[in-house]
Amino acid sequence: MLKMTPLNHVHRDMNAKMVDFGGWDMPLHYGSQLDEHHKIRQDSGMFDVSHMLPVDIRGPQVRDFLRHLVANNVDKLTLPGKALYSCMLTPQGGIIDDLIIYFLSETWFRIVVNAGTADKDVAWMLKQRDQSAPQLEISPRRDLAMIAVQGPNARAKVWQVIPGSQSLTEELKQFQSAAVGQYFIARTGYTGEDGFEIILPAADAPSLWKALHAAGVAPAGLGARDTLRLEAGMNLYGQDMDETKHPMESGLTWTVDLKSERDFIGKNALLNTSTTHHLVGLVLIDRGVLRSHQHVVGHKDGSEYQGEITSGGFSPTMNQSIALARMPMQITIGDEVNVIVRDKQLRANVVKYPFVRNGKIMI
Amino acid sequence: MSIPTQLKYSKSHEWVKSEADGTVTIGITHHAQELLGDMVFIELPEVGRVLKQKEECAVAESVKAAADVYSPLSGEVTAVNSPLVDEPGKINEDAYSAWLFKMKPSNAAELDGLLDAAAYTELVDSEDH
Repeated sequence: MLKMTPLNHVHRDMNAKMVDFGGWDMPLHYGSQLDEHHKIRQDSGMFDVSHMLPVDIRGPQVRDFLRHLVANNVDKLTLPGKALYSCMLTPQGGIIDDLIIYFLSETWFRIVVNAGTADKDVAWMLKQRDQSAPQLEISPRRDLAMIAVQGPNARAKVWQVIPGSQSLTEELKQFQSAAVGQYFIARTGYTGEDGFEIILPAADAPSLWKALHAAGVAPAGLGARDTLRLEAGMNLYGQDMDETKHPMESGLTWTVDLKSERDFIGKNALLNTSTTHHLVGLVLIDRGVLRSHQHVVGHKDGSEYQGEITSGGFSPTMNQSIALARMPMQITIGDEVNVIVRDKQLRANVVKYPFVRNGKIMI
Repeated sequence: MSIPTQLKYSKSHEWVKSEADGTVTIGITHHAQELLGDMVFIELPEVGRVLKQKEECAVAESVKAAADVYSPLSGEVTAVNSPLVDEPGKINEDAYSAWLFKMKPSNAAELDGLLDAAAYTELVDSEDH
C-alpha cells in the first residue's frame, strides 16, 4: 500500500499522472512536465512536498545537540527563523541525509528531511539523543503538510492567497522563515527560483492548494521538480550522494564546517580522508540525452580516467542535455569528456554548475 | 484518445500505415508517448538501411526515459521525418501524424501478422490494469 499525502485526492481530481516515488503515491506531472518546468521558471508553480518530513527537536540545549549531529555549524543561525542547509553524516563521513534546519528558538529547532530517508534519519536522531541529550523531545510531524510555491511570481501569489502573509514575510531574505498563524513560511526551495515553502496543518493543505491554483499557480509534479533542481545544480539524495559518499566528493564542501573547534559526527573521518573525486557539471555537445549511471571516459595528461553521471537529463531551459558527474579531481572546468550513451561516445563539456538560476542560463 | 482503425500496430507500440505506393509509414502510438511523457530527443534510422522485423531502429527519449523503437516489419528504409528531430514534441501533440520513417516492406506476411485496432486496444487496456 502506497503512502499518500493529504493532497492525494486533489492530485487525482486534477488528473495527475501518479507514480510510486519511494513508497509514496505522488504526482509525476499534470499533463506536461515541460510546461510545468517553464511555468516555474517564468511565472509560478507549486509542488506537494508533504512526503518530506518536518522533525521538531525541543528542549534545553538543543543547539548543543545539533552542533554535534550535523556537519554544518548551527552557530551560523543567530536570528530566529533562519535556516541552514546541512548534511548529517555517519561516523565514517558518509551522508545519511541532506536536510534543512530552521532555528525557531533556543528550545526549538525544526529539521526537514527527505522522504526516502525519513525513518532512518529519525532513528539516527533518537539514538544520538539517547546517548547525549535525553532531555530533548524529537517529534516527527506527519500531522503537517508542505507545499513549495516557486517561481518569480510565487511570493506575490502566496501573499494574494494567505491573508496577512505579506507583511510578515516580504522582508524575509533567502533561507529565512516566519510564522503566519498556523502556517510556517520559509523563503527556500529546490528549483533555483525565488519562492516559499509552506508547512501547514495537513487538514488545511487542500484548501490552500486550490486557492493557489485559482490564483494562477500551476500544479507541478516530481518530473519538473527534478529538471528544475538539476538545472539549479542541487543534489538529490540517493542519486548524487548517499552513505558511501562524503560531502567533498558530492559538491557539498561548502556545507561542512571544519574551521570551528566543535566536534561533529563524521568530522574525524573527513579530516583523515583524501578526496579523490568531485562533482562537476556536464553540458552535452553532441545530440542525445545524458542519464544517471552513464560512464564518463577519456584521457588526460597521458592517463585514462573514468567517472560516472550521478544525475542527468534534458534541460528544458537550455534546450540541451546536462548532468552532474562524479569525476576524478584531475578533470576540471573546461575539459571535454566522453560519455558512453548506448553504443556511442558523446562529447560533453565540463562546466561549473549551477546551470540555471533565477530564470537565467549561467553557462 | 481513440485508436485509429485504419492503422496496424506492433506489440511494442509502433503504428504502421499502408500507403498506396506499397510503402508503409511508421510511428509510435499515442499510448507509447503517454507512457514516456514529453519527448525531447529522436534518433532516426539512415535512409537505405535494411531492417529486420523487431530490430532496434530508432530511439525516442523523453524527459523521463529513453525508449528503443523496433521496426514492425522487415524492409528497407525509404524516407525519414527529419524535421521531427528538431521538434520531438510533435509526437506528444499528435502521435499518429508525427511519423518517424517510411519503409518498403520485404515480407507481406509480416504486415498481416500485426495487430488491428481492436487487438491493440485490448493490449493497451491490459497494460493499464
